[in-house]
Amino acid sequence: MAVLRVKFTKTKRDKLAQVLWILNWISVVTGVILFSLGLFLKVEINKRGELMAERDIQYVPNMLIAVGLIACAINFLGGKICYDCVDTTKFLRWKLIMLPYIICTFFFTFCVLVGALMCYSMHGELEESLDLGLTEAMRFYKDTDTPGRCFLKRTVDLLQIHFQCCGNNGYKDWFQIQWISNRYLDMSQKEVLNRLRSNVEGKYLMDGVPFSCCNTNSPRPCIQQQITNNSAHFNYEHQTEELNLWMKGCRQALLEYYVHIMQSIGLAVLITWLFELSVLTGVRYLQTSLENVLRQGDPNSESDGWLLENSFMETARTNLNIIKSLGKNNQIDTSNNGDPNINVPSTSKAHYGPDNVPPKQITEDS
Amino acid sequence: MALLKMKFTQQRRVRLAQGLWLLSWLAVMCGAFIFCLGVYLKTELLRRDEVMDNTEIHVVPNILMMVGLASIGTNWVASRVCQDSLDASRFPRWKVLLLAWFAVAALLCCLLIAVVVLSYALQGRLEESLKVGLRNGIRFYKDTDVPGRCFQKETIDHLQMEFRCCGNNNFKDWFEVQWVSNRYLDFTSKDVKDRIRSNVDGRFLLDGVPFSCCNPASPRPCLQYHLTDNRAHYNYEYQSEELNLYSRGCRQALIDYYMDLMNSTGPGVLSVILIQMSVLLSLRYLQTAVEGAMALENPEGESEGYLLEKGVKQTFEDCKAKVLDMLKFAQVDAADAEVSPGAADAEKTVDNTTEKAASPTPAS
Repeated sequence: MAVLRVKFTKTKRDKLAQVLWILNWISVVTGVILFSLGLFLKVEINKRGELMAERDIQYVPNMLIAVGLIACAINFLGGKICYDCVDTTKFLRWKLIMLPYIICTFFFTFCVLVGALMCYSMHGELEESLDLGLTEAMRFYKDTDTPGRCFLKRTVDLLQIHFQCCGNNGYKDWFQIQWISNRYLDMSQKEVLNRLRSNVEGKYLMDGVPFSCCNTNSPRPCIQQQITNNSAHFNYEHQTEELNLWMKGCRQALLEYYVHIMQSIGLAVLITWLFELSVLTGVRYLQTSLENVLRQGDPNSESDGWLLENSFMETARTNLNIIKSLGKNNQIDTSNNGDPNINVPSTSKAHYGPDNVPPKQITEDS
Repeated sequence: MALLKMKFTQQRRVRLAQGLWLLSWLAVMCGAFIFCLGVYLKTELLRRDEVMDNTEIHVVPNILMMVGLASIGTNWVASRVCQDSLDASRFPRWKVLLLAWFAVAALLCCLLIAVVVLSYALQGRLEESLKVGLRNGIRFYKDTDVPGRCFQKETIDHLQMEFRCCGNNNFKDWFEVQWVSNRYLDFTSKDVKDRIRSNVDGRFLLDGVPFSCCNPASPRPCLQYHLTDNRAHYNYEYQSEELNLYSRGCRQALIDYYMDLMNSTGPGVLSVILIQMSVLLSLRYLQTAVEGAMALENPEGESEGYLLEKGVKQTFEDCKAKVLDMLKFAQVDAADAEVSPGAADAEKTVDNTTEKAASPTPAS
């Protein structure tokens, strides 16, 4: 009736304990790897922190860091336990701790799985955060004299150069904002005044982009100003020109970058989860086989190991009853008005005398 | 008379062998490190191959790679010698090899010292190479339709953006070159015709630079054209404007980068030289001590270890005589008769070696 019963001889048990010891140490290393992956993600997100609006995306790297540290601790303890399990006398030290340890690790593996799934679910929040952040950054591109925003120009320029992108969705986003500060505009010139008057908000809008949008693969020197005006440049048609500026939007470029990182991290975490699960299974087999050995008395004999003593349904039922009765211990028995000292007369019709004990059955032989 | 004599008990010999085994494995790691260093330096030089005119500087990483590989092999042999040194039956087969080993190890140390010296000495050649390479790169910037030069524009743009530099010495180098291709010039325009007529070669020169010279740290949007004309831009003074473009020249930027790289590897190479020297000296001590012990009646007893059997001068004289002797065997007998008076004197002092002589020496 046990789930996945396996017979273990003494040598098999010893070998299992040794292998599990090594595997637990490997798991400590994978815990460190998880921790460093979480740290890496945190650093990458903070590096572009200026371009992201306030959104709840820090929970993913924080979760990974916490999971990594806890994995190290749990597997370190597991390593110690398995090292001692080779000797039956030393096992007695750990006997009481092992079952709670296994249960805790089982719930912990759920946390690891949740961590892995979170990596894939961050997509939507990140996109929104980047969209808002980039819009703000482009709006404040010209404010290099405003404290708190004076480095946004440099950040956006370096971003566009490094990620080979331009604007939020495309280069046309730059046509809708004023990215040249008023300090550098000659207000006495007629052309400048015309542009300022041409829109409601009085912004100096132009069909030009900053230099960081220039595509290095273009065979011709970069055309930054009067992009939509075909006659302003020789042999130029802006509808068919693809190599002059970067065509990709920065939001998409950054999103692809982060999604790629998180998919790799998610894959690594899933593999770690499978590994932890297999180590846990091994530890469970070790625990049950050693307990059975102790029950049998002879430390060198064969014993059975299993995952669960009874089938799933029975174990679930027993555990639920345990949980229910845990709650019941505090409850009061209302059948005697709560007082256990009152003697309630028996409701049976037979009267057996003062003690209410039925007489012995006389056998037909005598 | 021996150089730096030391006494070795059996226990000390064992300790020396063990310590030297560990040290030689450490030296193997160092050899691998030197090889990786050479590979890294070579890839860094190859990445900027297009702006370099010659490959003379490549001798530094080439030597590093060779020395690294040779050092791995040499020190592995040293560890094998250590393993066999305490076994009297296995040690004698290494006797012949050890002399060659010492020569190779000394050569490796010399090569490493040469590398350190070269990395400083070749700085001038690197500068020349970069000067010519960059000048060509800037000249062929516009030739994106000429096969063989079509990637110069991309290379120069990436270089200027990555190293934050502009031009060869500074941004004014772009004023002397036509960097806009004729395919994109409107020859009917008056401005273009004026510019072309303004110089002897008929080139379209302008006081402008490519976009890759722009400095992102500038507070104002980049000014690329009409740089020397203060009136062309509002609130602009070309003499005092520092942040608009990168002020450094690319040649200086690249030299600084490569010199930093080679200087930072300097301490590493010096420590590898020290480790190799200590392996060499320790192995010499081990060899002489073990040989001395094997010659004793009681192999477990005390023996002496030294660096050189006789003093430095005496050993030098011995070596010189041996070499002269070897040269003598290659000479013809008739020539021998002419130098025989001198040869007779030399013979008396190197009597031991001439006993093995195959050809009879002429009697004076």
